Amino acid sequence: MTDSHAMLLIAVMTVVTLLLRVLPFVIFSRGNTPKYILYLGNVLPFSIMAMLVVYCLKGITPLTFPFGLPELLAVLLTAGLHVWKRNTLLSILAGTISYMLLIQLVFV
Amino acid sequence: MIRPSLIKKAFIKTLPVMAGYIVLGIGFGILLEKNGYGLPWAFFMSLLIYAGSMQYVGVSLLTSGASVIMTAITTLMVNARHLFYGISMIEKYKGAGAKKPYLMFALTDETYALVSSPYVPEDVNPHTWYTLISLMDQFYWVLGSVIGSLLGSAITFNTAGIDFSMTALFVTIVVEQWLTSRDHTATLIGAAVSVICLVIFGPSNFLIPAMIGITLALTVSRPFIEQRAEKKEQEEKTKEGQR
Repeated sequence: MTDSHAMLLIAVMTVVTLLLRVLPFVIFSRGNTPKYILYLGNVLPFSIMAMLVVYCLKGITPLTFPFGLPELLAVLLTAGLHVWKRNTLLSILAGTISYMLLIQLVFV
Repeated sequence: MIRPSLIKKAFIKTLPVMAGYIVLGIGFGILLEKNGYGLPWAFFMSLLIYAGSMQYVGVSLLTSGASVIMTAITTLMVNARHLFYGISMIEKYKGAGAKKPYLMFALTDETYALVSSPYVPEDVNPHTWYTLISLMDQFYWVLGSVIGSLLGSAITFNTAGIDFSMTALFVTIVVEQWLTSRDHTATLIGAAVSVICLVIFGPSNFLIPAMIGITLALTVSRPFIEQRAEKKEQEEKTKEGQR
């Protein structure tokens, strides 16, 4: 990819992200937010985060080696540690390091 | 004039975000550097886009040679949740004047988590407080990205798998949401619809059908979810009454 195309993509990401952040303030500036939108505002963050986890794991191959095992183990460790300690930094660090070790040393 | 004591208060309040942003920023900087985009790229992406998960996805867009349309749609889908942060900050950010453009721009997941909490120190204009928090958070994020980029060019050990930090971030957010909310229907809908769409449409095309499917499923199950929320609220009131 050329640098100018990469810059163009970064500009697109910047503008679209900014639009999404500013749009609600522009559309619902007079406090007349429809109840349906408020409802979606309440529940969507939960669904979207679950979707993003699936998105991150989309590359696993359950039927061929390593059968998604490194991802499964690292996700279980991250989630388990988080339930136990509730420390975001610790959970992310432990999960990432264990995943790196798993794919580099165990499931080679 | 912003007092040093206020800066100290904001610093303490943003400490958890600092920890997370610096680690994730480092992960992003390393990943970007390992894919051939050095320090200026990391700095400007974090300064301008300023959306953690989107920037991780952005690295794969850059390296896969994505088109403008594909990039726009992916950004729309990954960041659509920001629409809903904005909706819940409309009242609080009213009358912020010259600070408002930056407050809106800087409304990330983590900053939203801080500014949506009712806490504001006494004798302080709330908008000054929100701005201070937002600025500090972005500073941590840019700093982390720059450190990561520098590390990326210095590190000689195998960094394969470092992008799992994004997966781990989302896993901790889902766990946190699960532990702090009473109804898990929305989480389960998100997971189920995404997996089904992944199987049907494949890894590179499932995000958009999944977003549409999730919105539909949430719309259809709205009476059910709202009914359960009411029921649980009443149950808790009864429990409190019994105590």
